[in-house]
Amino acid sequence: MSRISKTLMGSVAGLAMMSGAALADDVEVLHWWTSGGEAAALNVLKDDLAGKGIGWTDMPVAGGGGEQAMTVLRARVTAGNAPTAVQMLGFDIQDWAAEGALANLNDLAAKEGWDDVVPAALQRFAKHDGNWISAPVNVHSTNWVWANKKIFDELGIAQPTNWDELIAALDKIQAAGYTAVAHGGQAWQDATIFDSVVMGVGGPEFYKAAMVDLDPAALGGEQMKTAFDRMAKLRSYVDDNFSGRDWNLASAMVIEGQAGVQFMGDWAKGEFLKAGQVPGQDFLCFRFPGTQGAVTFNSDQFAMFGVADDQQASQVEMASSVMSPTFQSAFNVVKGSVPARTDVPDTDFDACGKQGMKDLAAASASGSLFGSMAHGHAAPAGVKNAVYDVVTAHFNGEYDSATAVEELVAAVEGAQ
Amino acid sequence: MPYRAKLQDWLPRLVLSPSVALIAIFVYGFILYTSYLSFSDSRMLPSYGLVGFANYERLFGLRHWETALTNLAIFGILYIVICTVIGLTLAILLDRKIRGEGILRPIYLYPMALSFIVTGTAWKWFLDPGIGLENVVQTWGWTDFSFRWIKDRDMAIYTVVIAAVWQSSGFVMAMFLAGLRGIDGEIMRAAQIDGASNFNLYRRIIIPMLRPAFLSAFVVLAHLAIKSYDLVIALTNGGPGRATELPATFMYSYTFSRNQMGVGASSAIIMLIMIASIIVPYLYSELKEKKA
Amino acid sequence: MTNMSGKFSRALLYSILIVFAVYYMLPLYVMVVNSVKELDEIRQGAMLSLPQKFTIEPWLSAWSTAQIGVDPTGLKPYFINSILMVVPAVFLSTMLGAVNGYVLTKWQFPGHRIVFGLLLLSCFIPFQIVLIPMARILGTLGIAGTTSGLVFVHMIYGIGFTTLFFRNYYDAFPTELVRAATIDGAGFFRIFYRILLPSSGPIIVVTVIWQFTNVWNDFLFGASFADADSQPVTVALNNLVSSSTGVKEYNVHFAGAILAALPTLVVYIVSGRYFVRGLMAGAVKG
Repeated sequence: MSRISKTLMGSVAGLAMMSGAALADDVEVLHWWTSGGEAAALNVLKDDLAGKGIGWTDMPVAGGGGEQAMTVLRARVTAGNAPTAVQMLGFDIQDWAAEGALANLNDLAAKEGWDDVVPAALQRFAKHDGNWISAPVNVHSTNWVWANKKIFDELGIAQPTNWDELIAALDKIQAAGYTAVAHGGQAWQDATIFDSVVMGVGGPEFYKAAMVDLDPAALGGEQMKTAFDRMAKLRSYVDDNFSGRDWNLASAMVIEGQAGVQFMGDWAKGEFLKAGQVPGQDFLCFRFPGTQGAVTFNSDQFAMFGVADDQQASQVEMASSVMSPTFQSAFNVVKGSVPARTDVPDTDFDACGKQGMKDLAAASASGSLFGSMAHGHAAPAGVKNAVYDVVTAHFNGEYDSATAVEELVAAVEGAQ
Repeated sequence: MPYRAKLQDWLPRLVLSPSVALIAIFVYGFILYTSYLSFSDSRMLPSYGLVGFANYERLFGLRHWETALTNLAIFGILYIVICTVIGLTLAILLDRKIRGEGILRPIYLYPMALSFIVTGTAWKWFLDPGIGLENVVQTWGWTDFSFRWIKDRDMAIYTVVIAAVWQSSGFVMAMFLAGLRGIDGEIMRAAQIDGASNFNLYRRIIIPMLRPAFLSAFVVLAHLAIKSYDLVIALTNGGPGRATELPATFMYSYTFSRNQMGVGASSAIIMLIMIASIIVPYLYSELKEKKA
Repeated sequence: MTNMSGKFSRALLYSILIVFAVYYMLPLYVMVVNSVKELDEIRQGAMLSLPQKFTIEPWLSAWSTAQIGVDPTGLKPYFINSILMVVPAVFLSTMLGAVNGYVLTKWQFPGHRIVFGLLLLSCFIPFQIVLIPMARILGTLGIAGTTSGLVFVHMIYGIGFTTLFFRNYYDAFPTELVRAATIDGAGFFRIFYRILLPSSGPIIVVTVIWQFTNVWNDFLFGASFADADSQPVTVALNNLVSSSTGVKEYNVHFAGAILAALPTLVVYIVSGRYFVRGLMAGAVKG
């Protein structure tokens, strides 16, 4: 990197330090949790801070799973007006840390023993060069299947545990006149399924080689072709109308009994609960067949930006609140995700939540916990979007599986 | 009083200069800055290490940049032509002493007032075969009726045109209406006495007099076509697949979501070059002929 | 022309106009109808039918109780931010455009066409490239995250259009009147205030509509250059509407969208009336 660019980085960080928008003992928080349930969850944090005498300046910018907020953040930092804390995902945290814009939370982390309770797979994002720079709030796992229990019972389908059973189940559902798979044709939704399929085809090692290490041999290999073949197979269980559909409308299809299953992250649970359904009674949650024991995740974190000295105290307080077991439990019960630390009691969670927590701890212990490619936790944004391009094009019939494999290798290489 | 005369001489230029200065910095300065970035290794934030034409090579190696350019050509031409035709037709019709003009005019105009953040959803539903037009017509009894463009890779871009025309043709109508009403009634009357038929009256006399209105309409429409972003995001989000990607969505995606600011900047520069190559000759001929 | 065919063409005329009116009204219909339905009814898929059960709840929610961020404030408090931003931005850019148009048509100097061309070309700059350098400049000027900053940005990127509109309008304005006034000893500003401005009603309306709509509906600048206390209503609307992993309340979204658009709708309807009056005054004079 040239000297000039280094100088610029320094001045960006310097400007960020001078941030003066919020009052000294307030925290300004940039986030995209704006819908009812999300905001309610965030209010838990706000109230907690209020109890410590710290005010909350809210700066919500929704849209595109945080894309909009990241654009705004760039403008804010460039203008020297960085917020105290920013909701952030995966590689963005690392990128900002590399620009030198983030604060150092080592003292607090050491005092509270974060290293022991946060899974290593999450620390990979929450730490930069060995320094804690952000406080993880939750873990969403993305390899879930949501099924309509009535349809399963009616057709006598048992919970499928591998690919062949899944296909047999989907065939049955389709033959009975239902839409087998409720799906929305948006790039990230296609990619969410792709994550699970890749994990199912080759297990954790293959997933890691292809999606995390971006090994060209794995990306271009026979197993990857199988993965694309399976995507094409799944495509045949989707209704004609899937393109562009929002994920929650797909959930509604399962809830209403029009469709058998949906492959979606654990946030889908909120839709089921909101419709008055009970896990185990009205709907089923289980891991994508063939991925049991492994978890693909994404994790929301609060990255702490460098702020003026008089604001550091409240920033540290906020980080401490975020990491407290009571908050982690209260927040995640409302949000539908699971806590980012593995020592939180699961008493308040429902059946799906309890299983999610158990799976997370087990996967973390066995080294089968991986960031989700679809949700930007396996590879940086450029690669993620390049994978989207190929997966979506293939799912929409633009490529056959062989071409898709070639394109995938080329696209991933081009994006690095 | 030579001092006063001198001031009067310079006053117009003085009055114009703040605008010129602002535009020089905030438009042309930024364009220069962007063209520098397009040769740099910028990723998440601007950075100033030069990499030559690497970003441009990357850009033209990307298949969906090609898609975006093709789409812009299809979309831009259809959008500008259809809006102009509808706008002019409606203006001419409305100008014929219509009862209820006071009600119709705002109906034609209001779409411009709405942000696409949400009208996009309304259009999406309306065009969706499962719940929208196709479904409704089928429940009316025409069970063969099919309208699934928005789900079709080759046709989806035309649904973007439909929604875009909906939004801005009314505004174009208003510009033409203002132009028509600005034409001296005497000219109309004189022409009518001469026995010019209605059609000829419009073709020979009135439409040529609307030249400035055409210029405004063209600039407004071209500007909207190039910047169509919200519309695509809300309606198709670039899909199915990447079939409705436009340069504006491409640029945004590379600059901000994919952390490849250099490629984003080079796409912006290519777009600016294309815009200039179409618009500069048009402006040149338009402005030259205006010689009084 | 016989009476019969006159009647027929009249009927054709009206039917064309009405067909277009229906086309323009369709999305509004979808929005209004769904904004007074209950969410369950929308979920069942009947998105184009009339509500089985009418409810005003979504409107109340969008206005004052919906969750925008962590606070359940509805869109209400953001309106004032938008108004504080729109009014000065529209006023300033319209005034600049009027003066520019006046100079460029009535006080032409060598190179005036090039200046106009450059101003006009500025309309085509993609806003994406503006974001980062503009943020730096606003930060340096100390107006980042303020309403003044937003006004400044919107004023600049409005100049091209307002100048275009006024230039084209004043171009058709009889130059003899200006010359006569000059001979009478009237100065630069006096001519502008006394002669051109009073007859600029229609073009002011067009310009104000254009600028008001653009500034009011802008999202990108509003989101990027505003602070928590100056966020315009479009940013709030976006926060209301787009949620990543939460339940989507479509009825509230549509109600919110219509609410957020009300000021622009009012401007269109009110100024539409003025539009005609201004034109009639012009016709009498002509």
